[in-house]
Amino acid sequence: MSKALLSKPWIWSFLGAAIVFIAAISFTGGTGAGGMITTALALAVFMVVVGLGQMAVITLGPGNVDLSLPANIGLASAVSMTVMNGSDGLVVVGLTAALACGLAIGLANYLMIRALRIPPIVATLSSSFVVQSIDIAYGRGLQIKPPPGFAAFTNLQLAGVPVCALLTILLSTAIAVLLRRTVYGCSVLAVGQNARAAWFAGLAVERTRAITYGLCGMLGGLDGALLAGYFQGANVDLGNEYLLSSIAVVVIGGTSVAGGKPNVAGIWGASLFLVLLLTMLNTFGVSAGVRLVATGAVIVAVIAAAGSRGAAAPGLK
Amino acid sequence: MPRLSARLMRELLPLLSLALVLAAIAWLNPRAISYLGFTLMLNLAVPIALATVAQMFVIAGNDLDLSIGPFVSFIACIGATWLADQPVTGILLLAASVGIYAALGLLIQWRNLPSIVVTLGMSFIWQGLAILVLPKPGGAAPAWLQALMNAQPPLLPFPILATAVIALVAWFALMRTSYGAILRGSGGNKASITRAGWSSLQIKAVLFAGAGLFGVLSGLALLGVTTSADANIGNGYTLLSIAGVILGGGEFVGGVVSPVGAVVGALTMALVASPLLTFLNIPPDWQVGANGIILIVVLATRAQIGRKAKTA
Repeated sequence: MSKALLSKPWIWSFLGAAIVFIAAISFTGGTGAGGMITTALALAVFMVVVGLGQMAVITLGPGNVDLSLPANIGLASAVSMTVMNGSDGLVVVGLTAALACGLAIGLANYLMIRALRIPPIVATLSSSFVVQSIDIAYGRGLQIKPPPGFAAFTNLQLAGVPVCALLTILLSTAIAVLLRRTVYGCSVLAVGQNARAAWFAGLAVERTRAITYGLCGMLGGLDGALLAGYFQGANVDLGNEYLLSSIAVVVIGGTSVAGGKPNVAGIWGASLFLVLLLTMLNTFGVSAGVRLVATGAVIVAVIAAAGSRGAAAPGLK
Repeated sequence: MPRLSARLMRELLPLLSLALVLAAIAWLNPRAISYLGFTLMLNLAVPIALATVAQMFVIAGNDLDLSIGPFVSFIACIGATWLADQPVTGILLLAASVGIYAALGLLIQWRNLPSIVVTLGMSFIWQGLAILVLPKPGGAAPAWLQALMNAQPPLLPFPILATAVIALVAWFALMRTSYGAILRGSGGNKASITRAGWSSLQIKAVLFAGAGLFGVLSGLALLGVTTSADANIGNGYTLLSIAGVILGGGEFVGGVVSPVGAVVGALTMALVASPLLTFLNIPPDWQVGANGIILIVVLATRAQIGRKAKTA
């Protein structure tokens, strides 16, 4: 492998995913390899979608993080399923409702950070409490099954590749282009590297932040609708596991936690890595406790081995 | 002089938030403001205050500990099993846990790692270990721990007395000793502290060991209150502790922390978390949400007053 390739921060997450996959396959003696990849891709989609949003927010600079994603996913899943009302004709309207719901939460987060001057980590935490309550009060006794067509679509495969995964690759590419090739994207990176300098350079710092929190909220909303389709129904706890994993995939994927340096490819690598790691531990048949310890140990080991702050952002500091 | 008054404001603002919440409780239910009332309302304040102080040690060095909640759960599980059945092994395990925290600090400093991710990974590990130690809710707190947490000293309720001692110890260690100033300095300007001849590895290890020690105390205190443990018992403490430190006037960067403020912040969080809501007759569906709204109001008020104090 060439040196240039090895110096890419995202390569490690893909290497990790490959190693874990090989370990799982050799344990089963090669059976079920195709199915394992299909399932991994299908589940990775949900991590990638929220991971992309979290990545954009983290790229805004130190302290920026969205802890309201799990509550957002829960509420958007309930809203979209209610709007779809079990009818395939209303899928587009339902998806729009999920996006709007997520956008509203994202913008509310931003308003609290901007107008009330609350640090993002506590602001998004507080808003997640409120959103969770709204979800509990709103979701009670509602029809929350997805329309059959939408449920089938989220489970649809093309030669063993989930269609949702293909669409998410398109979405990821779009976000990569958005961040690298547009004025908005360059502003996000500039704000993340040095907000003060970005402001002096005449960039719309606050508008950039508002759009980014809104974008992250929308991706959370989209994820909620997709999850409700895939798992055949909305519920309050649907997004719980994405609090930690949305942050984990961003950092394992090589995005700089110091901000200003996103990495879209790494989100995919890290999501596949985490999903395959869980699949591998499941095939080994270990208990829940051991699975958690192993997941944590791997995250710490990967970060200690590859992800030095200095190495991840050379020449930036 | 302006520097001094800014510092004074930092110390006073958390007290103001606490006074506000207390005034609301007194207005809603005057009988709550009594020896018994405080003993009941604040019984979870002691573990929350200890976890908040633990978090403060980490924040003082510009890091963040996302694993303190599961760590508190793990300690409570150890306390309800090993410490109760085989005290010597139990104490060794608790000491080893503090050692792991110190080692974590060393690793973060040595490899220059983002603490958020390392502690995120650790949160999985502590959670897993807690489940392995205590797969089902249960166990029993050692008798002495229950007796201590349910003590009824004369004049002042135990939670108030205990949190005052915690605040005093943390304040003395971080604000009144010269090494405490070095520790905070590592968050303010690491380069100048290292250039003055202090080992940054040692500083980080001490800060994390402090967090581990107070985390252990928090887990034991929580166990003493609840008398039995489960693997998820302290998970909410990660976010509570961060909110407590910030509410108490601490900042995420710059080594700016206030031990007394943090404990007062923790008391506020403990009161807001349930007693206030009970008195407000909030329906169960909206309790979490009301929690969030109160947190937002208190923090926003703090930020507004803080800004006025700065510009004045």
